[in-house]
Amino acid sequence: MRYALKKIVTMMITVIVVTLFVYIAFNLISGDPAISMLGTNATPERLNALREELHLNDPVIVRYFRWLIALFKGDMGVSYSYRIDVSTMIFDKIPVTATMAAMSFILMIVISIPLGIHTSKYQGGVLDRIIMILNQIIMSIPPFFSGILITLIFGRILKIFTPGGYVSYSNDFGGFLWYMFFPSLAIALPKATMAVKLLRGSLISEYNMDYVRTAYSKGNTTNGVIYNHMLKNAILPVITFLGMALTDIIAGSIIVEQVFGIPGLGRILLTSISNRDYPVVMAIIVIISFMVLVVNMLVDIIYSLIDPRISFEDK
Amino acid sequence: MKKTTLRGLLLLLMIPVLAVALCGCSGDKKGKGSSIVVGIPQDLEDSLDPHKVEAAGTKEVLFNIFEGLIKPDSNGDFIPAVAQSYEVSDDALTYTFTLRDGVKFHDGSTVTLQDVKYSIDRCADTSGGSPLVAAYSNIKDTQIDGNNFIIHLNEPDTEFLAYMTTAIIPESNKNPDTNPVGTGPYMFVSRSPQENFIVKKFDDYYDKDHAAHIENVTFKVIGNMDTVAMELQSGAIDLLARIPSTQAELLDKNEFTILEETMNLVQALYLNNAEAPFDNVKVRQALCYAIDPAEIMLFVSDGKGTEIGSSMFPAFGKYYMEELNDTYNQDLDKAKQLLSEAGYPDGFSFDITVASNYTQHVDTAQVLSDEFAKIGVTANIKLVEWDSWLSDVYNDRKFQSTVVGVDASSLTASALLQRFTSDSSKNFINYSNPAYDEAFAKAKTATDEDEKTKYYKECERILSEDAANVYIQDLPEFVAISNKFTGYEFYPLYVQDIAKIRPAD
Repeated sequence: MRYALKKIVTMMITVIVVTLFVYIAFNLISGDPAISMLGTNATPERLNALREELHLNDPVIVRYFRWLIALFKGDMGVSYSYRIDVSTMIFDKIPVTATMAAMSFILMIVISIPLGIHTSKYQGGVLDRIIMILNQIIMSIPPFFSGILITLIFGRILKIFTPGGYVSYSNDFGGFLWYMFFPSLAIALPKATMAVKLLRGSLISEYNMDYVRTAYSKGNTTNGVIYNHMLKNAILPVITFLGMALTDIIAGSIIVEQVFGIPGLGRILLTSISNRDYPVVMAIIVIISFMVLVVNMLVDIIYSLIDPRISFEDK
Repeated sequence: MKKTTLRGLLLLLMIPVLAVALCGCSGDKKGKGSSIVVGIPQDLEDSLDPHKVEAAGTKEVLFNIFEGLIKPDSNGDFIPAVAQSYEVSDDALTYTFTLRDGVKFHDGSTVTLQDVKYSIDRCADTSGGSPLVAAYSNIKDTQIDGNNFIIHLNEPDTEFLAYMTTAIIPESNKNPDTNPVGTGPYMFVSRSPQENFIVKKFDDYYDKDHAAHIENVTFKVIGNMDTVAMELQSGAIDLLARIPSTQAELLDKNEFTILEETMNLVQALYLNNAEAPFDNVKVRQALCYAIDPAEIMLFVSDGKGTEIGSSMFPAFGKYYMEELNDTYNQDLDKAKQLLSEAGYPDGFSFDITVASNYTQHVDTAQVLSDEFAKIGVTANIKLVEWDSWLSDVYNDRKFQSTVVGVDASSLTASALLQRFTSDSSKNFINYSNPAYDEAFAKAKTATDEDEKTKYYKECERILSEDAANVYIQDLPEFVAISNKFTGYEFYPLYVQDIAKIRPAD
């Protein structure tokens, strides 16, 4: 209980620090939402009227705290450019980005764990070598480039999905999932290769441990030793990595959304930044930092579940 | 037990992946015959209120939803819309519009003269400082007379008709920012930010001959212009205006038709006339002599585009002066000589600020920089975000030079030329010339069309001879349309008229 409370307070402080920083940074760069909205038709009178309407003439710190207080009341404000509630605008898009993050995470695990186990078991074998070479290549590909490659291979050559043919989840959920599979793969692949390497290395170092010899001497098969004894020890660094990777995935999805033309949080964030649409940017920053913090907390909890030596109560 | 947990977990994780893979087999749905997907390069990040909308990208879509008393056709002429007919008094002080019978708003109500008066008065309202439509500051009063709507002006203005395309909206609509209700051939259905904007055919459109052909239209926001050819080719988009020429080349010509026109804008190296060295006419002229628009066009758009020599483009017909293209033909010796006379025998160095999202302008700046190098002038290209460009260059006028395209907000010569009068709030190059101001004032108040044209041409000539800017070209525009559709029409304005498009037989 004390732990949970402590975590929540830390989280809130983190969110406040992050948002304050972003808010101030935003005010330092050139560009002005009023000018952005009025474009080339701006006249001094209209600019001023609009600035008044949006409270842009108030000091930064006043505006920040006004925004923060409204946020705690559950009011994210109204988008400057779209004139619609930020909450309705964003909550429609959360499932898109969340689905992509979840799918990439699942794909990452599904690809990396069996491969990691296999390559460590047959270390030095032909398959191990091939996988490790491929691994090294894929690892060095950034997600946006793997996205382009996947579009080219699956979209253009094999024609099993339509590049840019995003379907909304509310229209056709199956079609939506099918489309999201490819960007998820683009994000998951480079991350998965890192996890394979990590798990393989981690497992290999366990093979020489005394407890492994003991387990064999008790008559366990290799599989038995790996799944019942070694994996539990070897997987800890992998979990740390997966946790980090998940936060990376959430952030990385912003770029991959551009490549695949997916209207998720990432695209909204980018356009809102260039439109200086503060309410929207701030709301997305809050949501993303919140997601990252939650993931970190989950990693802590999973840790203590797998390894009883690690307890989060004391620390 | 433990053995099964980990393995089971892995298997469990496999299920959604498989499910997705299986779902995919049933995918690939093609739309019905009477629907079209139109690609748009940016979302309608704007108010949907036709009187408040600012972005050109939003206006071109809303053109399908709203109509004014009159509206432009693809030749640049005005045709009656909500008004059945109109009359302009000889002194150009009184404009009378007769309401068309039975025009309906998309919400089913009938358009009344009260709605017309509300719409025009709303745009003429000066309580917020300046009216929504700047030209409406000339309105003295508006009145309803029987079936007519009458506007009295303070000053004679024969071009005033061009501003009567202001959308007529119902007074009863409480949320015009997000719920657009108009009288156009298409009505608003829904919007999803950064995803799409959907409209459908308005069945009660008053003009059955010009009603829409296609039932459902989705304006789809394109996430990535660099792969747009793939999206078109795969059938995800049927129509795309302003497709980059590199992408247009990738399309299968059996499935797509590429139409070519010009963008109707004045692309130039705009110079801050108030700042040294560009406050010296000889320096500006030297730059004009240093460049060759043909070379720029060759590099930027495969030689397509139309050369221009002043702030006017060919779509304006009688106002356009082709002869001004020859005011300066590339002559490096002359350029160097002018530089020496101006006191810069060894050249100088300056910045060209360009909005990085406009590839054509960035490319143009690069060619310009190479050309200026030949006369010893160093141009440093400074790339900025569009938003920073708007605030720093356009609004605060803190720049030396910039490459951009300036378009006409309405179909009047003054829309292009007014900005160079000394006291115009849009005069971002700080141009100031009493002779120009005088010629413009005469053109503006002239009621005789020939005289008006004469003075506008005078304005254009002054801009050219004064080398107010280094004029380059009217950029080419390419439109890709699927061969499943036909009927696309180019407008001299920023407009996508979907009602004209029909399925090909």
